[in-house]
Amino acid sequence: MPKRLVTVDLEKCVGCGLCVLACSRRFGYAGNDYSGILSVSLSGFERGATVIFCRGCEDPPCVQVCPTGALRKRKGGGVIYKEDLCIGCKNCVNACTIGAIFERRDGKIAVCVHCGYCVDFCPHGVLAMKEVKA
Amino acid sequence: MKILKIDLSEYSYEIEERDDLEDWLGGTGLAVKLMKEEIDPKVDPLSEDNVIIFAIGPFTPAYPLASKTVAMFKSPLTGNLGESHAGGRTAMAIANAGYRAIVIKGKSHKPIYVVVENDKVYFRDARVLWGIADSLVVGRIIAEREKGRGMRTVMRIGGAGVKLVRYACVTTETYRHFGRLGLGAVFGSKNLRALVVIGRGSFKVKDVKAYKEVYKEIYNLALKSDAMKKYHLIGTPVNVKPLNEIRALPTRNLTSTTFEKADEISGEAFAEYSLGRRIACAHCPIACIHIATLRLPYENEPYFYRTIMISYDYELIYALGSMLGVESREGVLRLIHKVESLGLDAMSTGVCLAWATEALQRGLISKRETLVRLEFGNVENYLQAIEYLYQQPNDFYRILAEGVEKASDVYGGKEFALAFGGNEMPGYHAGYATHIGYLIGLRHSHLDNAGYALDQKITEYPPPEELVDKLVKEECWRQVLSSLVVCFFARGVYKPEIVSKAFKPLGYEISEDELVKMGEEIYKEKLKLKVDMGFKKPRIPDRIFETECTHGKLERDYIERALDYWWKKYVE
Repeated sequence: MPKRLVTVDLEKCVGCGLCVLACSRRFGYAGNDYSGILSVSLSGFERGATVIFCRGCEDPPCVQVCPTGALRKRKGGGVIYKEDLCIGCKNCVNACTIGAIFERRDGKIAVCVHCGYCVDFCPHGVLAMKEVKA
Repeated sequence: MKILKIDLSEYSYEIEERDDLEDWLGGTGLAVKLMKEEIDPKVDPLSEDNVIIFAIGPFTPAYPLASKTVAMFKSPLTGNLGESHAGGRTAMAIANAGYRAIVIKGKSHKPIYVVVENDKVYFRDARVLWGIADSLVVGRIIAEREKGRGMRTVMRIGGAGVKLVRYACVTTETYRHFGRLGLGAVFGSKNLRALVVIGRGSFKVKDVKAYKEVYKEIYNLALKSDAMKKYHLIGTPVNVKPLNEIRALPTRNLTSTTFEKADEISGEAFAEYSLGRRIACAHCPIACIHIATLRLPYENEPYFYRTIMISYDYELIYALGSMLGVESREGVLRLIHKVESLGLDAMSTGVCLAWATEALQRGLISKRETLVRLEFGNVENYLQAIEYLYQQPNDFYRILAEGVEKASDVYGGKEFALAFGGNEMPGYHAGYATHIGYLIGLRHSHLDNAGYALDQKITEYPPPEELVDKLVKEECWRQVLSSLVVCFFARGVYKPEIVSKAFKPLGYEISEDELVKMGEEIYKEKLKLKVDMGFKKPRIPDRIFETECTHGKLERDYIERALDYWWKKYVE
């Protein structure tokens, strides 16, 4: 069965952003430019923190608005991103209701493809990989 | 490396490539070099000629725990070099925006805040914000107006910075502070309400495989070894009880070093009764920021409550708790919240009020000056006095807003004015190394050389000269850490060997010996800058010889010998 990145308990998020850094590091980058996940406070840290990433829609609006087929449906939810086809139109960025597609500095996008690399670096058990029906 | 230079007088900016500064790493080392280039050391700290530098390090954002930002400026509190470190998301945002340092010069004609978004800088009108005293409110307004959520830092001042209180801080991400030495007043003097940095970016490492391996090693060291255990659990307030037990907890303006209510305001008690959540600085798995929940009823309406989240740490519990004789957690939290809202440095505020309380007791000043009856343990009156430090309704509060050194110049009570090098005392009275550490530390901070920790281990003191050399050696190594902007709490993780190893995948070969030498060099350069700014041999407050500490009563002769030796060997 395919797997997908999920939250186990969002309330436990401390806003450390280690997932964000892990995501870019996977490609050999130090920073956040290639990250398909974002760590944010909830209108200030008084109210805690959360993470924003692709929740694996069954019918993803981002795929629907992609004019080049750079975003395709992934088995088990979410998308596959074919970077070489991406023209940087940002239609997908606007289409995602939760703002889980991010603009890179080079004009292309960063989106979670549910690889699970960040899970090993989530120190407080917020994130996990879960088997889902294809 | 890229340096962003912003000129507030001209509303202009430029980006410089400065690879020639690579040997100074970042953080403290880089800031010292840039400061020497940018500032006339004789400037008035509150004039437009003062310069602010924010510097991060080569490990940000490559490795965890390199999460501090070093701010350097001329301090309006001491009239000498100001250096203050803060966590939050500042370092991450500056790094991802592409800079190793940001330099701010000049003075805006009218109140503004500045937004840096990668390679662009925007100047925004802040006239509407200028009259809002509460730093929390100002932070929220700016956060709602600006974009970059999750990729930014909002560094702002509260009312204390606007009113130029010389120990006003700059607050970042609600709960972290460039606390000491008055950066907030320098912001205020430049008509700068806030600096927002939004960063989206990254750099490719040289050796990807080795990088991922070293990363994992550091990550595991931080989480699985004992190197950071203390911060994992109760946090810095874990110190309250042991310091009280060994007679090192400054109480009621250091007339005592044990506090009968220490258990009430201990880290354990806060954790059990008040701890509401924990949060982390960017890229830190430890999450040592402890946030208390305080539920307070409305004064005149039943069944209405406000619930406030308040960040607490050891130094705040000392300064606004034991030092003021405040006996309840609720009292301490309310005072912390007041200080947080106005954007004051908690340690300086506590020490100033402790001095004022004793000065009032002794009749050096009267209620005509203090307006409220300051007495140890009286929370309501201290809350009012903190409001007065901000409003400055009379000469007394105007002068007290300049620090305890200045206030005791004017009103007397020098012998119990607890400042070192003009900076109000941190929360330790543990022995000789503590106080020699404050005196010779280049920031006059307990964290410069950790003398307070040495005192807790020592059984028999060496000659003062030996102790000084030991403290300086520690301070030199800490220059490396603060140039890498590694959190000092992670010093047990970032030993020289690991630091050297971590550099390699990034493309740098730096041996352990070279690192140690760099630390010595940075120390020397920083000290030179202090001397250029007019550094004088600091005063030793008499009170520290009167009150017993862990090692009994301290001898003046030992500390004077130490200070003389340091002055001759290192300063002259």
